[in-house]
Amino acid sequence: MEALVAIAIGAMTASGVYLMLRLRTFPVVLGLSMLTYAVNVFIFASGRLVAGAPPILGAAPTMTDPLPQALVLTAIVISFGMTALTVILALGSYLNAGTDQIDIERPGEQPETGN
Amino acid sequence: MQHWIIAPIILPAVMGPFITLAMRHDVTLQRVASLVSAVLLVGLTGALLASAAGGNVESYELGSWPAPFGIVLVLDRLSALMVTLTAVLGLIVLAYAIATNWDQRGRNFHALYQFQLMGLFGAMLTGDIFNLFVFFEILLIASYGLMTHGGGRMRLRGGVQYVIYNLAGSTLFLFALGTLYAVFGTLNMADLAERAAALPAGDGALLRVTAVLLLLVFVLKGALLPMHFWLPNTYALAPAPVAALFAVMTKVGAYSVIRVFTLIFPVTLAPMGGLVADVVVPAALVTLAIGMIGVLGGGTLARTVSFAAIGSMGTLFLAIGTFSELATDAALYYLIHSTLATAALFLVVDQVRARRGNSALVPQAPLVRSGLVAAFFFAAAIAMAGMPPLSGFLGKLMVLQAIRQADWWVWGWAFILVTSLIAVLGFARSGSVLFWRPHDNNTPAASDEFQIAAGTLSGWGMAALGALLALIAALTIAAGPVTSYTRATAAQLYAPQAYIYAVLGTPEERAARLAAEEARADTLHGADHGAPAHSDLPATPEGH
Repeated sequence: MEALVAIAIGAMTASGVYLMLRLRTFPVVLGLSMLTYAVNVFIFASGRLVAGAPPILGAAPTMTDPLPQALVLTAIVISFGMTALTVILALGSYLNAGTDQIDIERPGEQPETGN
Repeated sequence: MQHWIIAPIILPAVMGPFITLAMRHDVTLQRVASLVSAVLLVGLTGALLASAAGGNVESYELGSWPAPFGIVLVLDRLSALMVTLTAVLGLIVLAYAIATNWDQRGRNFHALYQFQLMGLFGAMLTGDIFNLFVFFEILLIASYGLMTHGGGRMRLRGGVQYVIYNLAGSTLFLFALGTLYAVFGTLNMADLAERAAALPAGDGALLRVTAVLLLLVFVLKGALLPMHFWLPNTYALAPAPVAALFAVMTKVGAYSVIRVFTLIFPVTLAPMGGLVADVVVPAALVTLAIGMIGVLGGGTLARTVSFAAIGSMGTLFLAIGTFSELATDAALYYLIHSTLATAALFLVVDQVRARRGNSALVPQAPLVRSGLVAAFFFAAAIAMAGMPPLSGFLGKLMVLQAIRQADWWVWGWAFILVTSLIAVLGFARSGSVLFWRPHDNNTPAASDEFQIAAGTLSGWGMAALGALLALIAALTIAAGPVTSYTRATAAQLYAPQAYIYAVLGTPEERAARLAAEEARADTLHGADHGAPAHSDLPATPEGH
């Protein structure tokens, strides 16, 4: 089970990093989502993998660590909100600028938006 | 002072929604509420500073959950210094934004500003490393809104870059926290410090991996090379008053490095050794060089100042990476100075933009009423470049003196002195193009559609800018008292036992608490005649 989870995390991280390095916003958003999936499973596994045990002390002979589950919940909520925000911001930027390129070419010479 | 520790987090957390929900139709009310909150925050943090100056570390247990299990807030000299600096900067920048009508160029400026302050205070006060992540996210979410405040094509594109860069950083932070929890089984910083010291020798590699992952996250926030790419576009494209507030955001990265690498992973820990210094010091030298070269070739005043901010982070990390009491003392003084100087320069950028629509460093029509702005730029640039007589000079002198003990000191001295010269040249060039160069008839006028926005030339805005410069002057004049505080802070940081005991209790207190719990467990067991343990027993460290 450990090997399977480790391979899954590795594969998701690798594809996430690859997609994040693309130049358009859509693949980058997908890459960020992949990365957050990977990190969620990673945090979940950080409390050791125990199958079929409740996260409650004393309710069964074995127990699983409840804290990583709470941490994962926090991480899921935050990353979900962040992904939504990124999509909206990317959409706004695309509609305003007419391009979904992430790079800003020659930033020193672009007209400034000082006002 | 018990409950006051959480007040700087609660107050903006209440004011933010209150401003959005109850005052969204009334500009004046919003401004008054926001200003009142900022003034109260300065008072509160000032009181915390006075309380922490005595040298005792106070721990506040949220919901009265005892330390390693619940979240704690910890007030020591370092966190008190940081929150006070943030509150003072927050008040001045807010006053500037209101005076120049910046808060009316988009929606929800004041609510976002309160949340930004809440996130900053939380990150500086928390004693739990997962909670540090949560407050990082709060301050980042608010900063995304503030960064794109006012909209515009380039600003939104810069916003996308900034958000994506920081989301990648947050993911890295989570990976670091997962590793940390897997290795130590706790996330309380004081508990982590004790467990790191007691870690079996064979696990040294895991410890180093965790430390470097955390270091990467923090230096990303602190814009150390090669993690600095987000900064120039973000600071140059954000509204200038927001960029002035962001001057303290890079310092949160510096604060986290100081906190985590003096408390949890100190150099005295056998597996760590000189690992962090070996990574941070060369990176800081290159940061310093790239930052100051950027000052020379920024192209616009906004980018020039952004690169100066990167350069000053290089100096700061050089002092932090030395990890000695003397160097941390110098780093803290320089940190205060660099925050104020960066913020002042960004407000100057805003004044220049207000007068001609951009801050490009090419000859254009003369600025309207530029005398005072030019004087303020001169003073702020002197402070930033580290020339006498202002605090930048003292700060750099202290850093030079502190790194003299390290064996790489020649490199440090050479980089700091040469880059200071480059910065002086860069700022002199910017200043002379903007304020001094004679204009002939061929000089292009500012673009036709440009009009001076209402209120941007307000005297109150200049007063806020003047207040920042007055603070820099005060930091110079009161360098004696300030350095005696920073010296005491550094001493406290390198004797982390007081911090750990304040959070977890002294060994005697812990033994007494454990005995009381066991007595309680025995009575419960006695009543049940050996039935399985109930889930209402307080968790023990072994069950963690």
